[in-house]
Amino acid sequence: MSDFLRAALAVCAKDIRVEHRSRTALISAIAFAALVLVIFNFARDPASASREAMAPSVLWITFTFSGVIALNRSFALERENGALDGLLLAPVSRSAIYLGKYLANLAFVFTVEAVALPLFVLFFGVDLGGALGGIVLTAVLATAGFVAVGTIFAAMTVRTRFAELMLPLLVLPFLIPPLIGAVQVTARLLAGRPMSEIAGWFRILALYDLVFVTLCLLLFPSLMDE
Amino acid sequence: MVVGPNGAGKTTLLRLLAGLARPSAGSVRLRGVRLARDGEARRDIGLLSHQSYLYDDLTAAENLAFAARLYGTPDPEQRARGALDLVGLGNRADEPVRRLSRGMVQRVAIARSLLHQPRLLLLDEPFTGLDPASAGRVAALFAAERNAGRSLILVTHEVHEAWDLATHTHVLVRGAWTVSGPREGSLEDFLRRYREDQHE
Repeated sequence: MSDFLRAALAVCAKDIRVEHRSRTALISAIAFAALVLVIFNFARDPASASREAMAPSVLWITFTFSGVIALNRSFALERENGALDGLLLAPVSRSAIYLGKYLANLAFVFTVEAVALPLFVLFFGVDLGGALGGIVLTAVLATAGFVAVGTIFAAMTVRTRFAELMLPLLVLPFLIPPLIGAVQVTARLLAGRPMSEIAGWFRILALYDLVFVTLCLLLFPSLMDE
Repeated sequence: MVVGPNGAGKTTLLRLLAGLARPSAGSVRLRGVRLARDGEARRDIGLLSHQSYLYDDLTAAENLAFAARLYGTPDPEQRARGALDLVGLGNRADEPVRRLSRGMVQRVAIARSLLHQPRLLLLDEPFTGLDPASAGRVAALFAAERNAGRSLILVTHEVHEAWDLATHTHVLVRGAWTVSGPREGSLEDFLRRYREDQHE
Protein backbone atom coordinates (compact mmCIF):
# COMPACT_ATOMS: atom_id res chain seq x y z
CA MET A 1 0.00 0.00 0.00
CA SER A 2 1.37 3.44 -0.87
CA ASP A 3 2.31 5.90 1.88
CA PHE A 4 -0.39 8.25 0.57
CA LEU A 5 -3.17 5.70 0.91
CA ARG A 6 -1.84 4.40 4.24
CA ALA A 7 -1.93 7.90 5.73
CA ALA A 8 -5.40 8.60 4.31
CA LEU A 9 -6.78 5.37 5.73
CA ALA A 10 -5.16 6.07 9.12
CA VAL A 11 -6.86 9.49 9.29
CA CYS A 12 -10.19 8.01 8.16
CA ALA A 13 -10.02 5.15 10.69
CA LYS A 14 -9.10 7.59 13.47
CA ASP A 15 -12.06 9.87 12.69
CA ILE A 16 -14.47 6.95 12.59
CA ARG A 17 -13.09 5.62 15.87
CA VAL A 18 -13.41 9.03 17.59
CA GLU A 19 -16.98 9.39 16.31
CA HIS A 20 -17.82 5.83 17.35
CA ARG A 21 -16.70 6.69 20.90
CA SER A 22 -18.47 10.05 21.20
CA ARG A 23 -21.29 9.68 18.64
CA THR A 24 -21.59 13.48 18.81
CA ALA A 25 -22.01 14.28 15.14
CA LEU A 26 -23.92 11.17 14.16
CA ILE A 27 -26.63 11.41 16.82
CA SER A 28 -27.01 15.18 16.32
CA ALA A 29 -27.30 14.82 12.55
CA ILE A 30 -29.76 11.92 12.71
CA ALA A 31 -31.91 13.71 15.30
CA PHE A 32 -31.82 16.85 13.15
CA ALA A 33 -32.83 14.87 10.03
CA ALA A 34 -35.79 13.34 11.90
CA LEU A 35 -36.85 16.78 13.15
CA VAL A 36 -36.70 18.33 9.68
CA LEU A 37 -38.86 15.51 8.29
CA VAL A 38 -41.38 15.88 11.12
CA ILE A 39 -41.58 19.67 10.67
CA PHE A 40 -42.04 19.41 6.88
CA ASN A 41 -44.64 16.72 7.38
CA PHE A 42 -46.76 18.86 9.69
CA ALA A 43 -46.00 22.28 8.17
CA ARG A 44 -47.23 21.23 4.72
CA ASP A 45 -50.63 22.54 3.64
CA PRO A 46 -52.35 19.46 2.12
CA ALA A 47 -54.67 21.69 0.11
CA SER A 48 -51.89 23.45 -1.78
CA ALA A 49 -48.97 20.99 -1.92
CA SER A 50 -49.21 17.25 -2.36
CA ARG A 51 -46.76 14.95 -0.61
CA GLU A 52 -45.54 13.61 -3.95
CA ALA A 53 -44.72 17.11 -5.20
CA MET A 54 -42.83 18.08 -2.07
CA ALA A 55 -41.11 14.76 -1.34
CA PRO A 56 -37.96 15.10 -3.52
CA SER A 57 -37.18 18.62 -2.22
CA VAL A 58 -37.81 17.63 1.39
CA LEU A 59 -35.60 14.56 1.05
CA TRP A 60 -32.65 16.57 -0.29
CA ILE A 61 -33.07 19.49 2.09
CA THR A 62 -32.98 16.96 4.93
CA PHE A 63 -29.88 15.22 3.55
CA THR A 64 -28.11 18.53 2.94
CA PHE A 65 -28.69 20.23 6.28
CA SER A 66 -28.08 17.12 8.37
CA GLY A 67 -24.95 16.50 6.28
CA VAL A 68 -23.65 19.99 7.11
CA ILE A 69 -24.06 19.19 10.81
CA ALA A 70 -21.97 16.04 10.38
CA LEU A 71 -19.32 17.99 8.43
CA ASN A 72 -19.01 20.61 11.15
CA ARG A 73 -17.64 17.95 13.46
CA SER A 74 -15.00 16.84 10.96
CA PHE A 75 -12.37 19.48 11.73
CA ALA A 76 -13.82 20.61 15.05
CA LEU A 77 -12.34 17.47 16.62
CA GLU A 78 -8.92 18.52 15.29
CA ARG A 79 -9.27 21.77 17.21
CA GLU A 80 -9.22 20.05 20.60
CA ASN A 81 -5.70 19.97 22.05
CA GLY A 82 -4.26 21.43 18.84
CA ALA A 83 -4.56 18.06 17.09
CA LEU A 84 -4.55 19.71 13.66
CA ASP A 85 -0.96 20.85 14.25
CA GLY A 86 -0.14 17.26 15.21
CA LEU A 87 -1.48 16.14 11.82
CA LEU A 88 0.39 18.85 9.93
CA LEU A 89 3.67 17.95 11.65
CA ALA A 90 3.52 14.41 10.27
CA PRO A 91 5.54 13.60 7.14
CA VAL A 92 2.45 12.84 5.09
CA SER A 93 0.96 14.58 2.10
CA ARG A 94 -1.64 17.21 3.02
CA SER A 95 -3.81 15.72 0.27
CA ALA A 96 -3.71 12.36 2.08
CA ILE A 97 -5.07 14.11 5.20
CA TYR A 98 -7.84 15.59 3.04
CA LEU A 99 -8.63 12.20 1.49
CA GLY A 100 -8.83 10.57 4.94
CA LYS A 101 -11.16 13.28 6.21
CA TYR A 102 -13.23 13.04 3.03
CA LEU A 103 -13.67 9.27 3.34
CA ALA A 104 -14.65 9.53 7.01
CA ASN A 105 -17.14 12.31 6.21
CA LEU A 106 -18.61 10.21 3.40
CA ALA A 107 -19.13 7.37 5.88
CA PHE A 108 -20.87 9.73 8.37
CA VAL A 109 -23.13 11.36 5.80
CA PHE A 110 -24.05 8.03 4.16
CA THR A 111 -24.97 6.70 7.62
CA VAL A 112 -27.18 9.73 8.30
CA GLU A 113 -28.82 9.30 4.89
CA ALA A 114 -29.32 5.56 5.46
CA VAL A 115 -31.27 6.36 8.64
CA ALA A 116 -33.11 9.38 7.21
CA LEU A 117 -34.36 7.59 4.06
CA PRO A 118 -36.64 5.10 5.90
CA LEU A 119 -37.92 7.99 8.08
CA PHE A 120 -38.70 9.91 4.91
CA VAL A 121 -40.63 6.94 3.52
CA LEU A 122 -42.49 6.63 6.83
CA PHE A 123 -43.46 10.30 7.15
CA PHE A 124 -44.26 10.98 3.49
CA GLY A 125 -45.78 7.60 2.65
CA VAL A 126 -43.71 7.44 -0.53
CA ASP A 127 -43.57 4.11 -2.33
CA LEU A 128 -39.95 3.80 -3.41
CA GLY A 129 -40.67 0.49 -5.19
CA GLY A 130 -38.42 0.23 -8.22
CA ALA A 131 -36.95 3.69 -7.59
CA LEU A 132 -34.82 2.60 -4.60
CA GLY A 133 -31.76 1.63 -6.65
CA GLY A 134 -31.88 4.91 -8.56
CA ILE A 135 -32.30 6.96 -5.39
CA VAL A 136 -29.34 5.18 -3.77
CA LEU A 137 -27.22 5.91 -6.87
CA THR A 138 -28.35 9.56 -6.80
CA ALA A 139 -27.48 9.79 -3.11
CA VAL A 140 -24.01 8.35 -3.77
CA LEU A 141 -23.32 10.75 -6.66
CA ALA A 142 -24.74 13.88 -4.98
CA THR A 143 -23.18 13.12 -1.60
CA ALA A 144 -19.72 12.47 -3.05
CA GLY A 145 -19.55 16.01 -4.47
CA PHE A 146 -21.29 17.71 -1.58
CA VAL A 147 -18.98 16.10 0.98
CA ALA A 148 -15.88 16.99 -1.07
CA VAL A 149 -16.80 20.68 -0.98
CA GLY A 150 -18.03 20.51 2.63
CA THR A 151 -14.79 18.91 3.84
CA ILE A 152 -12.58 21.64 2.41
CA PHE A 153 -14.83 24.41 3.76
CA ALA A 154 -14.87 22.71 7.17
CA ALA A 155 -11.05 22.89 7.10
CA MET A 156 -11.17 26.56 6.08
CA THR A 157 -13.60 27.59 8.79
CA VAL A 158 -12.24 25.53 11.68
CA ARG A 159 -9.84 28.28 12.75
CA THR A 160 -12.50 30.99 12.59
CA ARG A 161 -14.40 32.13 15.66
CA PHE A 162 -17.83 31.10 14.42
CA ALA A 163 -16.97 27.92 12.54
CA GLU A 164 -20.42 26.35 13.03
CA LEU A 165 -22.06 29.41 11.50
CA MET A 166 -19.50 30.03 8.78
CA LEU A 167 -19.57 26.51 7.33
CA PRO A 168 -23.21 26.52 6.14
CA LEU A 169 -22.87 30.12 4.91
CA LEU A 170 -19.88 29.25 2.75
CA VAL A 171 -20.77 25.75 1.65
CA LEU A 172 -24.47 25.99 0.79
CA PRO A 173 -24.05 28.12 -2.36
CA PHE A 174 -21.68 25.46 -3.74
CA LEU A 175 -24.24 22.75 -3.06
CA ILE A 176 -26.92 24.26 -5.29
CA PRO A 177 -25.82 22.38 -8.47
CA PRO A 178 -25.82 18.87 -6.93
CA LEU A 179 -28.98 19.72 -5.02
CA ILE A 180 -30.82 20.71 -8.20
CA GLY A 181 -29.58 17.54 -9.94
CA ALA A 182 -30.53 15.28 -7.06
CA VAL A 183 -34.03 16.77 -6.72
CA GLN A 184 -34.65 16.50 -10.47
CA VAL A 185 -33.52 12.87 -10.59
CA THR A 186 -35.49 11.92 -7.47
CA ALA A 187 -38.69 13.53 -8.79
CA ARG A 188 -38.39 11.66 -12.08
CA LEU A 189 -37.56 8.37 -10.36
CA LEU A 190 -40.58 8.66 -8.03
CA ALA A 191 -42.79 9.51 -11.00
CA GLY A 192 -41.54 6.39 -12.81
CA ARG A 193 -40.03 8.35 -15.73
CA PRO A 194 -37.74 6.49 -18.18
CA MET A 195 -33.97 6.35 -17.65
CA SER A 196 -33.40 8.42 -20.80
CA GLU A 197 -34.80 11.46 -18.92
CA ILE A 198 -32.48 10.86 -15.97
CA ALA A 199 -29.15 9.86 -17.52
CA GLY A 200 -28.17 13.45 -18.30
CA TRP A 201 -28.59 14.47 -14.65
CA PHE A 202 -26.47 11.53 -13.54
CA ARG A 203 -23.72 12.70 -15.90
CA ILE A 204 -23.90 16.25 -14.43
CA LEU A 205 -23.66 14.88 -10.88
CA ALA A 206 -20.71 12.66 -11.82
CA LEU A 207 -18.95 15.60 -13.50
CA TYR A 208 -19.48 17.77 -10.40
CA ASP A 209 -17.91 15.00 -8.28
CA LEU A 210 -14.93 14.64 -10.59
CA VAL A 211 -14.25 18.39 -10.75
CA PHE A 212 -14.68 19.15 -7.06
CA VAL A 213 -12.95 16.06 -5.61
CA THR A 214 -9.93 16.78 -7.86
CA LEU A 215 -9.96 20.52 -7.09
CA CYS A 216 -10.24 19.98 -3.35
CA LEU A 217 -7.41 17.42 -3.33
CA LEU A 218 -5.21 19.95 -5.15
CA LEU A 219 -6.23 22.99 -3.09
CA PHE A 220 -6.10 21.48 0.39
CA PRO A 221 -2.27 21.56 0.78
CA SER A 222 -2.09 25.30 0.01
CA LEU A 223 -4.98 25.91 2.38
CA MET A 224 -3.20 24.12 5.23
CA ASP A 225 0.13 25.84 4.59
CA GLU A 226 -1.43 29.31 4.85
CA MET B 1 18.28 25.17 26.56
CA VAL B 2 16.33 28.28 25.62
CA VAL B 3 14.94 30.53 28.32
CA GLY B 4 13.28 33.90 28.21
CA PRO B 5 10.48 35.93 29.73
CA ASN B 6 6.85 35.55 28.65
CA GLY B 7 6.28 36.87 25.16
CA ALA B 8 9.96 36.67 24.18
CA GLY B 9 9.13 34.48 21.16
CA LYS B 10 10.21 31.06 22.46
CA THR B 11 7.10 29.19 21.33
CA THR B 12 7.13 31.02 17.99
CA LEU B 13 10.75 29.93 17.56
CA LEU B 14 9.79 26.28 18.06
CA ARG B 15 6.83 26.57 15.69
CA LEU B 16 9.13 28.06 13.05
CA LEU B 17 11.67 25.28 13.55
CA ALA B 18 8.91 22.65 13.31
CA GLY B 19 7.58 24.13 10.08
CA LEU B 20 4.21 24.99 11.63
CA ALA B 21 4.71 28.73 11.15
CA ARG B 22 6.15 30.53 8.17
CA PRO B 23 8.97 33.02 8.80
CA SER B 24 8.30 36.60 7.69
CA ALA B 25 11.86 36.64 6.32
CA GLY B 26 14.43 33.93 5.59
CA SER B 27 13.80 30.21 5.70
CA VAL B 28 14.15 27.26 8.06
CA ARG B 29 16.35 24.44 6.83
CA LEU B 30 17.01 21.10 8.45
CA ARG B 31 20.18 19.46 7.10
CA GLY B 32 19.95 21.77 4.09
CA VAL B 33 16.31 20.97 3.31
CA ARG B 34 13.60 23.63 3.51
CA LEU B 35 10.93 22.34 5.86
CA ALA B 36 8.04 24.15 4.25
CA ARG B 37 8.65 22.41 0.93
CA ASP B 38 9.67 18.93 1.98
CA GLY B 39 7.17 16.92 3.97
CA GLU B 40 9.67 14.10 4.34
CA ALA B 41 12.01 16.41 6.32
CA ARG B 42 9.30 16.62 9.00
CA ARG B 43 10.04 12.97 9.81
CA ASP B 44 13.22 14.17 11.54
CA ILE B 45 11.36 16.48 13.92
CA GLY B 46 9.54 15.74 17.14
CA LEU B 47 7.62 18.58 18.78
CA LEU B 48 6.26 18.77 22.27
CA SER B 49 4.00 21.78 22.39
CA HIS B 50 1.83 23.48 25.01
CA GLN B 51 -0.97 21.49 23.41
CA SER B 52 -0.91 17.73 23.63
CA TYR B 53 -2.05 16.93 20.05
CA LEU B 54 -4.08 14.08 21.58
CA TYR B 55 -7.70 13.09 21.01
CA ASP B 56 -9.58 12.95 24.30
CA ASP B 57 -11.92 10.15 23.16
CA LEU B 58 -9.09 7.81 22.15
CA THR B 59 -6.96 5.87 24.61
CA ALA B 60 -3.32 6.78 25.16
CA ALA B 61 -2.25 3.73 23.14
CA GLU B 62 -4.67 4.51 20.29
CA ASN B 63 -3.43 8.09 20.12
CA LEU B 64 0.17 6.99 19.87
CA ALA B 65 -0.56 4.16 17.43
CA PHE B 66 -2.31 6.70 15.17
CA ALA B 67 0.74 8.98 15.31
CA ALA B 68 3.01 5.99 14.61
CA ARG B 69 0.96 5.15 11.52
CA LEU B 70 1.30 8.72 10.24
CA TYR B 71 5.07 8.45 10.65
CA GLY B 72 5.11 5.05 8.94
CA THR B 73 6.77 3.28 11.84
CA PRO B 74 6.51 -0.52 11.72
CA ASP B 75 4.20 -2.25 14.21
CA PRO B 76 2.45 0.93 15.45
CA GLU B 77 0.61 -0.70 18.38
CA GLN B 78 3.80 -2.24 19.76
CA ARG B 79 5.70 1.04 19.30
CA ALA B 80 2.93 2.96 21.05
CA ARG B 81 2.97 0.69 24.07
CA GLY B 82 6.77 0.77 24.19
CA ALA B 83 6.74 4.59 24.21
CA LEU B 84 4.14 4.62 27.00
CA ASP B 85 6.31 2.24 29.05
CA LEU B 86 9.21 4.68 28.65
CA VAL B 87 7.24 7.47 30.31
CA GLY B 88 5.87 5.14 33.00
CA LEU B 89 2.32 4.91 31.66
CA GLY B 90 2.28 1.36 30.35
CA ASN B 91 -0.41 0.46 32.88
CA ARG B 92 -2.68 3.33 31.71
CA ALA B 93 -2.29 2.62 27.97
CA ASP B 94 -5.93 1.60 27.48
CA GLU B 95 -7.52 4.54 29.27
CA PRO B 96 -9.09 7.35 27.28
CA VAL B 97 -6.97 10.50 27.43
CA ARG B 98 -9.90 12.44 28.92
CA ARG B 99 -9.58 10.31 32.07
CA LEU B 100 -5.88 11.00 32.58
CA SER B 101 -4.52 13.70 34.87
CA ARG B 102 -2.76 16.81 33.52
CA GLY B 103 0.67 15.36 34.31
CA MET B 104 -0.18 12.03 32.67
CA VAL B 105 -1.40 13.78 29.52
CA GLN B 106 1.91 15.65 29.44
CA ARG B 107 3.78 12.34 29.65
CA VAL B 108 1.67 10.85 26.83
CA ALA B 109 2.45 13.96 24.77
CA ILE B 110 6.17 13.48 25.50
CA ALA B 111 5.88 9.84 24.40
CA ARG B 112 4.16 11.03 21.20
CA SER B 113 7.00 13.42 20.39
CA LEU B 114 9.63 10.66 20.87
CA LEU B 115 7.67 7.88 19.17
CA HIS B 116 9.29 8.10 15.73
CA GLN B 117 12.82 8.66 17.08
CA PRO B 118 13.31 12.12 15.55
CA ARG B 119 16.80 13.57 15.03
CA LEU B 120 15.66 16.94 16.36
CA LEU B 121 13.44 17.13 19.40
CA LEU B 122 11.74 20.46 20.10
CA LEU B 123 10.44 20.64 23.65
CA ASP B 124 8.25 23.46 24.89
CA GLU B 125 8.00 23.43 28.69
CA PRO B 126 8.32 19.63 28.99
CA PHE B 127 8.26 19.65 32.80
CA THR B 128 4.94 21.48 33.12
CA GLY B 129 2.46 19.60 35.30
CA LEU B 130 4.89 16.83 36.24
CA ASP B 131 5.49 15.72 39.82
CA PRO B 132 9.17 15.54 40.91
CA ALA B 133 9.44 11.78 40.25
CA SER B 134 7.94 12.10 36.76
CA ALA B 135 10.08 15.16 36.00
CA GLY B 136 13.19 13.16 36.98
CA ARG B 137 12.13 10.25 34.80
CA VAL B 138 11.47 12.54 31.83
CA ALA B 139 14.79 14.36 32.33
CA ALA B 140 16.58 10.99 32.29
CA LEU B 141 14.72 10.09 29.11
CA PHE B 142 15.84 13.32 27.44
CA ALA B 143 19.41 12.73 28.59
CA ALA B 144 19.31 9.28 26.98
CA GLU B 145 18.03 10.82 23.74
CA ARG B 146 20.82 13.42 23.80
CA ASN B 147 23.43 10.73 24.50
CA ALA B 148 22.06 8.71 21.57
CA GLY B 149 23.11 11.60 19.30
CA ARG B 150 19.77 13.38 18.97
CA SER B 151 19.55 17.16 19.19
CA LEU B 152 17.22 18.70 21.74
CA ILE B 153 16.03 22.28 21.85
CA LEU B 154 14.42 22.70 25.23
CA VAL B 155 12.39 25.81 25.98
CA THR B 156 11.64 26.15 29.65
CA HIS B 157 11.11 28.30 32.71
CA GLU B 158 12.17 25.31 34.87
CA VAL B 159 15.86 26.09 34.57
CA HIS B 160 16.77 23.91 37.54
CA GLU B 161 15.30 20.84 35.83
CA ALA B 162 16.92 21.55 32.49
CA TRP B 163 20.35 22.75 33.54
CA ASP B 164 22.00 19.31 33.68
CA LEU B 165 20.62 18.45 30.26
CA ALA B 166 21.93 21.60 28.58
CA THR B 167 25.09 21.72 26.52
CA HIS B 168 24.30 25.24 25.28
CA THR B 169 22.30 28.05 26.85
CA HIS B 170 20.35 30.72 25.02
CA VAL B 171 18.37 33.60 26.44
CA LEU B 172 15.70 35.11 24.21
CA VAL B 173 14.39 38.56 25.11
CA ARG B 174 11.93 40.36 22.82
CA GLY B 175 12.90 38.17 19.84
CA ALA B 176 16.68 38.66 20.19
CA TRP B 177 19.41 36.51 21.78
CA THR B 178 21.04 38.17 24.78
CA VAL B 179 23.01 35.02 25.70
CA SER B 180 23.91 32.33 23.20
CA GLY B 181 26.71 29.79 23.48
CA PRO B 182 28.07 26.70 25.24
CA ARG B 183 27.00 26.29 28.85
CA GLU B 184 29.52 27.96 31.14
CA GLY B 185 29.76 28.59 34.86
CA SER B 186 27.27 27.56 37.46
CA LEU B 187 23.48 27.59 37.42
CA GLU B 188 23.51 30.45 39.94
CA ASP B 189 25.77 32.57 37.67
CA PHE B 190 23.48 31.89 34.73
CA LEU B 191 20.34 32.81 36.69
CA ARG B 192 21.94 36.04 37.94
CA ARG B 193 22.87 37.10 34.40
CA TYR B 194 19.42 36.09 33.14
CA ARG B 195 17.70 38.31 35.73
CA GLU B 196 20.00 41.21 34.87
CA ASP B 197 19.21 40.86 31.15
CA GLN B 198 15.50 40.92 31.89
CA HIS B 199 15.78 44.13 33.87
CA GLU B 200 17.86 46.02 31.28
